[in-house]
Amino acid sequence: MQPVIQVQDLVKVYKLGEVEVQALRGVSLSIDRGEFVAIMGASGSGKSTFMNILGFLDRPTGGLYLLEGIDGKDLSRDELAEIRNHKIGFVFQGFNLLKRTSALENVELPLVYSKKHASIRGEMARKALSQVGLGGREHHHPSQLSGGEQQRVAIARSLVNQPSILLADEPTGNLDSKTSVEIMAIFQRLNRELGITIVMITHEQDIASYAGRNILFKDGSVVDDRRNPSPASVSESRQAS
Amino acid sequence: MTTFLASLRIALRALMVNKMRSALTMLGIIIGVSAVIAMIAVGSGAKARIAEQIASMGSNLLIVLSGSSTSGGMRWGSGTVPTLTVDDAKAIVSEVPAVKYVAPNLSGVAQVVYGNQNWSTNVNGTTPEVLDIREWPVVSGRPFTQQDVEGATKVALLGKTVVENLFGGIDPIGQIIRIKKVPFTVVGVLGSKGQTTFGQDQDDTIFVPLTTAQKRLFGMQFPGMVRVIAVQAKEPELMREAEDQINALLRQRHRIQSGQDNDFTVRNLTELMATAQQSANVMSLLLGAIASISLVVGGIGIMNIMLVSVTERTREIGIRIAVGAKSKDILLQFLIESLVLSLIGGILGITIGIGGTYILSSFTQWPTLLSVNAIFLAFFFAGSVGVFFGFYPARKASLLDPIEALRYE
Repeated sequence: MQPVIQVQDLVKVYKLGEVEVQALRGVSLSIDRGEFVAIMGASGSGKSTFMNILGFLDRPTGGLYLLEGIDGKDLSRDELAEIRNHKIGFVFQGFNLLKRTSALENVELPLVYSKKHASIRGEMARKALSQVGLGGREHHHPSQLSGGEQQRVAIARSLVNQPSILLADEPTGNLDSKTSVEIMAIFQRLNRELGITIVMITHEQDIASYAGRNILFKDGSVVDDRRNPSPASVSESRQAS
Repeated sequence: MTTFLASLRIALRALMVNKMRSALTMLGIIIGVSAVIAMIAVGSGAKARIAEQIASMGSNLLIVLSGSSTSGGMRWGSGTVPTLTVDDAKAIVSEVPAVKYVAPNLSGVAQVVYGNQNWSTNVNGTTPEVLDIREWPVVSGRPFTQQDVEGATKVALLGKTVVENLFGGIDPIGQIIRIKKVPFTVVGVLGSKGQTTFGQDQDDTIFVPLTTAQKRLFGMQFPGMVRVIAVQAKEPELMREAEDQINALLRQRHRIQSGQDNDFTVRNLTELMATAQQSANVMSLLLGAIASISLVVGGIGIMNIMLVSVTERTREIGIRIAVGAKSKDILLQFLIESLVLSLIGGILGITIGIGGTYILSSFTQWPTLLSVNAIFLAFFFAGSVGVFFGFYPARKASLLDPIEALRYE
């Protein structure tokens, strides 16, 4: 079976004035459909750069990256936007929800840009919100929601267009440990029940332990890549709270 | 369409968030549009008034005034010395081919009495052709005729203002009025002409046969004396020719040697009015141009606020791009925002402009003319300003780098 993500000798070089910074020095890996991967590493290890490239927000300097066999190298800005819209869901550390906009409309946002009709948008967004346990909170604004709830709205937004992959950049970075566990429970459930492929950046070992595979970045290279045969799990009762 | 409606909702919401700021930004457009509408209304009002006056005066009109005199080094104005006669008028109409009608005129101010009412007005002794020249209809009764002129009958045609002042509600036809104590029968009432360009009430006048005026009212220093001859040329193109020919004819008839000054003056009134019309055109153009500048300034205000707005919402733009907004989606969102600003401003400006025009004309008595074209033009112009000045900020937003934008604090 074709892997969802296939990366070969990926190189990214930034130019900061005269100085060239090698953010990625030849990364090769592949991620299969249905995997839940945690990417770890200190700051400056290149994991965020890697994530931006996986998300088609940035282009590699060299090497190959295929998302479901699609090479973004020669695609235009708008074509990349379309791929992000249909195939990638983003979850950010700072939630990145639109202010003064209801949870439902935040979740609908990707559908607006895939030109879905308003009635279908509402239906799909409601379904996504109920998948993250926020049914009934559709009309709350981000300012009326707790940090954990905001992140769940963001997860619903990333899911709503049924993407091939969900990219989470430090999704628990702004949350307390109890809420972090709740978010991990949602990820695990989405991964197991709906088979969604998740790639998550974190620098916390205990958060990484919920994933089925841990990849460690250091100085722009992968230094460790191991399966986690028995990921930590959260009881369903805690998840429901 | 779905995208457009969604963008419209986003734009309206963004504008509602900063109500005060949106209102102040709109103010520039509101002032601009209302100024354009009010100024165009004033300008076209002036133009229409002048056009009306030209029509009321009669077309292709030349006026021959009797001569100026010089005594003891003092030069007196035109018409101070009676040099024109009825025969001059007859010669003009028979010998100048470019001329259609002439109406010699001997006028003066006289007190007019009817019953216990009296009124001082301008009494013109003239011939029936005056009504043709000035395209002046008789609305009730009859005009006086050539027979009246030949027989020096005591009949009078009254202007509207005179009728109102002397008769109130009574039908004046057949009534006897006294002009300088001489009884005249009112045979007709003239239609209303309104004011001249120079503010003179044309309806405050009485027409009587020339001969009657000469014999009964104003007297004659010599036989057949008149002060003014009104001449109508056949075609507008023949005005200049008629003027030259009248000059030549009268010089010959008055035996003026070459090198000597004329003892009469020929004035081209239509040309005079055309000049007035031209200056009104220039004025309305200037007014419109000045008002348009304020509209452009309003547009710059929009651009300024949109640039601030784009910077403030960098993160929002980053989110939108990350979840799949294309450049044109972002461009459209911000363009619609500035368009909504300018069009709402335009609608308010039109309302205020129309209201302002009414207030202006009721306070200053200026003639104003609101045209639907001007209103549409102002609205369209406001929209163009919105698109033009909104484009740069919108384009800037649409080209943001999503990674940078998401990192923006």
